[in-house]
Amino acid sequence: MLVSDPCGAPVTAPSDPESLDALRQRLAAVASLELAALDAEEIAVLGRKQGELTHLLKAMATLPLDEKKQRGAALNALKLEFDAAVAARRTELKHGAEARDAREVDLTMPGRATWTGTRHPVTVVMDEIVDIFRELGFVVALGPDIENEERNFGALNFPPDHPALDMHDTLYVDTAGADLPAGERLLLRTHTSPVQVRVMRAGPPPYRVVIPGLAYRNDPFDASHAPAFTQMEGLAVDEGISFVDLKATLSHFARRFFQSDAQVRFRPSYFPFTEPSAEMDVSCALCGGSGCAACKGSGWMEILGCGMVHENVLSNCGVDPERYTGFAFGMGPHRIAMLRYGLADIRLLYGGDMRFLAQFGALGQ
Amino acid sequence: MNASRQWLEAFLRRRLDSRDLAARLAMLGAPVDAIEPVGADLRTFVVGLVTAVRQHPDADKLRLTTVDDGSGTLFSVVCGAANVTAGRKYPFARLGTVMPDGMTIEKRKLRGEPSEGMLCSARELGLGEDHDGLLTLDTDAAPGTPLIDVLDVGDERLVIDVTPNRADLLGHKGVARELAASFGVPFRLPEIPGEVALDLPTPTRFGDEAPVGGIRLAIDDRDGCGRFLAAVIRGVSVGASPEWLRRRLVSAGVRSINNVVDATNYIMLELNQPMHAYDAATLRGPSLIARSSRPGERLVTLDGVDRVVPDGTLVIADAERVIGIAGVMGGRDTEVTERTTDIMLECAWFSPVRVRRARRALDLATDAAQRFERGTDRWGAVDAFRRCLRLLVTVAGGALDGSSADCFPVPSHPPRIFLRPARVAQVLGIELAWQEIEKHLVAIGATVLSKPGDGRIAVDVPGWRPDLTAEIDLIEEVARVHGYDRFPTELRASRPGLRVDDAAWAAAGRLRLALAAHGLSEVITLPMVARAGSDAPRVLNPLSADHGLLRDTLLPSLVHEVEANWAMHTANIRLFEVGTGFAAGKHGALPTEALRVAFAVTGDRAPAHWTDGGKPAAWDRWDASGLFERLVDLAHPTAKVHVEGDRWIARLADGSVVGSCGACPADAPPWAAPLFGGEVTVGLDLRQRASFTPLPVFPSIARDLALLLDLSQASAGITGLLAERGRRHGLESVAVIDEYRGKGLPSGKRSITVRLVFRSADRTLTDSEVEQALGRLRTSLERELDVTVRST
Ligand SMILES: [Zn+2]
Repeated sequence: MLVSDPCGAPVTAPSDPESLDALRQRLAAVASLELAALDAEEIAVLGRKQGELTHLLKAMATLPLDEKKQRGAALNALKLEFDAAVAARRTELKHGAEARDAREVDLTMPGRATWTGTRHPVTVVMDEIVDIFRELGFVVALGPDIENEERNFGALNFPPDHPALDMHDTLYVDTAGADLPAGERLLLRTHTSPVQVRVMRAGPPPYRVVIPGLAYRNDPFDASHAPAFTQMEGLAVDEGISFVDLKATLSHFARRFFQSDAQVRFRPSYFPFTEPSAEMDVSCALCGGSGCAACKGSGWMEILGCGMVHENVLSNCGVDPERYTGFAFGMGPHRIAMLRYGLADIRLLYGGDMRFLAQFGALGQ
Repeated sequence: MNASRQWLEAFLRRRLDSRDLAARLAMLGAPVDAIEPVGADLRTFVVGLVTAVRQHPDADKLRLTTVDDGSGTLFSVVCGAANVTAGRKYPFARLGTVMPDGMTIEKRKLRGEPSEGMLCSARELGLGEDHDGLLTLDTDAAPGTPLIDVLDVGDERLVIDVTPNRADLLGHKGVARELAASFGVPFRLPEIPGEVALDLPTPTRFGDEAPVGGIRLAIDDRDGCGRFLAAVIRGVSVGASPEWLRRRLVSAGVRSINNVVDATNYIMLELNQPMHAYDAATLRGPSLIARSSRPGERLVTLDGVDRVVPDGTLVIADAERVIGIAGVMGGRDTEVTERTTDIMLECAWFSPVRVRRARRALDLATDAAQRFERGTDRWGAVDAFRRCLRLLVTVAGGALDGSSADCFPVPSHPPRIFLRPARVAQVLGIELAWQEIEKHLVAIGATVLSKPGDGRIAVDVPGWRPDLTAEIDLIEEVARVHGYDRFPTELRASRPGLRVDDAAWAAAGRLRLALAAHGLSEVITLPMVARAGSDAPRVLNPLSADHGLLRDTLLPSLVHEVEANWAMHTANIRLFEVGTGFAAGKHGALPTEALRVAFAVTGDRAPAHWTDGGKPAAWDRWDASGLFERLVDLAHPTAKVHVEGDRWIARLADGSVVGSCGACPADAPPWAAPLFGGEVTVGLDLRQRASFTPLPVFPSIARDLALLLDLSQASAGITGLLAERGRRHGLESVAVIDEYRGKGLPSGKRSITVRLVFRSADRTLTDSEVEQALGRLRTSLERELDVTVRST
């Protein structure tokens, strides 16, 4: 029986049950075909132009409706099965090839590495400190390393000729030829506190700043001293800030920075620019407070100095001490890094020994 | 300050534990740096029981003893002391013990008899001058017990870290006062053993001048000397101090000299009032005057140094010469010696500022200067003076010549301060009842005069606390005595500040992360260096010439660290630093500072991998210039990088240089790979923010051009021209993707391949449009730059 396809070309009549059976046998054989045969079989059966199944499906258009329904269902089911079988076989062959490759390549050979850069351990410590205070509303303020005596000492309530000056063995900068007021000398700041003065003089309270930077002392460069070292200073001034806020803020910092169960204690101390002044100790992480060499047997590590900003300092910076109160603190990231990493010689932190620096890779990133 | 535990026990009339004291003092603001056992050198001695004594067969004065040291072994010991008796206990030095004089006890033979240790006298132990025989131990302790547990030398020295504001804690009385407050017990002065009853009237009050024991006492510098007390004691016998006095001084770490000097030192250590005793016979005039020094005056101080006294220094003088630097050190010519019979005792209040200046000018740190600098108690000086006189007469004999004198030209009282309880609450953040405030102030020795009827408490501060001058000082004392540990630690609400992070901090953070991400390691080197550019500011007073200049650039420090790595045989080095560069001001300007970032790289570009046969490529100039361009982008995005000579230089539009990069000269070992480095000044005025450009809708077309050019011709000129001319033809980007030199090219020529990418924002470009554009660009290259296009 000859029928016309929509394009008018003669096609063979819809296949009889025998041709369907033959196709079913070929379907069963798909699972064992190799890749080239599989490609050929896919074209032969499912190909868009010459595929046998395609052909049979096209030919169905000429059949009466009831026959079309019946045969169509069978043919479509067969086509779907063929599709699935070809795809499954293809995946199977692909995996087999990969597995073969893997057997030939030694995947235990080392991978190609890149250099791991590192931030300095002191930077890591400083960033951690800043991050904790940032959560408490502090921002970072900076100032120059070369300062005048007024901001480094006078504004900070260091009386002239006072023994407190002995704690600050000062390095002075040669300003020969510079246009300085008579008698004024420039120095390398002995602490980061002059930045407090700059912050307060720049505008009215509230202030909430942390001040990282270098401080300088006329100290020898040996295992425990350096003529320049980092400091991290903090200042919070507003109406209603009290000693309780100081204790609370710094205790929170200590437990965040060290361990959540660290013991914290505040001891009276003395700084010209704060009053009341305190020293904050944290229980020694190495011995847990029972006393060891690291904490000189005391069970405590001195971490920072702090206090309520001295009312003279507020006045000197144009802030009314009757209305505003505040606290300030300062700590040494170099020293904290030494404690944290168990360094006995501070000079390691000023060197560039790759064998030392490389140890901070995981921490730096 | 070295405090003796036993001395403090004498003040508090109770046994004390040094560790407990250290804990209490720490919480009062006077941390104890160390607890040192006094007589620690006696640790190795034990109690020895002499079980038998025989006469030495060959020596009349020697005895053969058998000593039980508790170890189970009996030792034969030859002993020369007459008082050795069987059944008695004596200090025993086992073999190997080091004696206080440094000698080690060894096994030896004395006149043929073996001796395996030594029985000791008090003198041999450094415990006294008594050399009459062995130190008999009257103890029930078993043989072998450490001697230190049996003898009452078991004192401990507390090394207290006294803050510069606290003058009073430089005396045992001040420390005892703090501890009494902590324990909640009273305290009083220890008794002077064997104190001689002495009729001691209050010194007679004078103005600037007074007669005392035939000697003229005078203040010629009221600014420097606010109070000047003196007395003359005649007929003293200078000699060794009694045992108790020597032990007190030794416990506090002061050497015993003679009974007169020891007595003054004792009062200084007890009451924080330095005193000075002169040999009265040496005073010319005779007079004792506190005055300013005159130009050219000299003095040989007690330490034997001949010093020029700086003009205007506060000195003590007699009628003719300077005899002491007031508050710092006395002179040798008027020193009390063993021949002295008459002494003049001086007790004064000297200006802290004047003493400090003198001490610094003469570089002469003494116990006395340390105390005067912090401020002594000018009102308590009289009591200290009287106690010292009693002590002197007790330990050195003699009698007062007439009454003592007290020159106090401008009498005064300790200051009165008004304290507002509301201010206490404002600063401390807790409400304290005024009774509690009063209790704390009384504990430090203040007198609280009025109840807060008008909202203020009047407080008379004690004379020994010159640091208490304002209300806030009292608030601190209230907090301190109340106990810092009793304040709560509750986080209360607070207003954030209105500032933003300093731009330099943000920039430094970005640069650190970027360079670490490139595999470089950060260093923080000292900003002070030995050598730097001519612009580097000079440090006036460096401890070492190695740190005499403030560096203008960072790269030399990195090169120095690279060399240090090479010295350690490290070949793969990648360093960077973000730090300050300094420049001296020009034409009267002040020094300036700028944030800079520098890097130095040498060695393998990546860790060795087996695929490159263990010979990975080294960092080369293209790595360096790529890193440099990245750094310029981050640090100074408005700068442009130019090639100048064999370096890459970053310049701003105005021509100023903000960075440079290239090969670094260095002291390299032969095996080292080339070293490259660069440095950029960080621009902080630019707030860079990424901007969004809509994504392209139409596809791009890429074409490669192979160009033939002179060896000396810069590729940047070619890509620049292409970018410029190509813009109107839809040229999106141009990049050099290859270079070829050598065979097949005319001599003096090289070939580069550039990749051009064309795209239109509003339509899909056709091949013919691109071909047309390429044709135009080719013409431009050939005409304008004499570059031949080899192929497309
Ligand atoms: Zn510890």
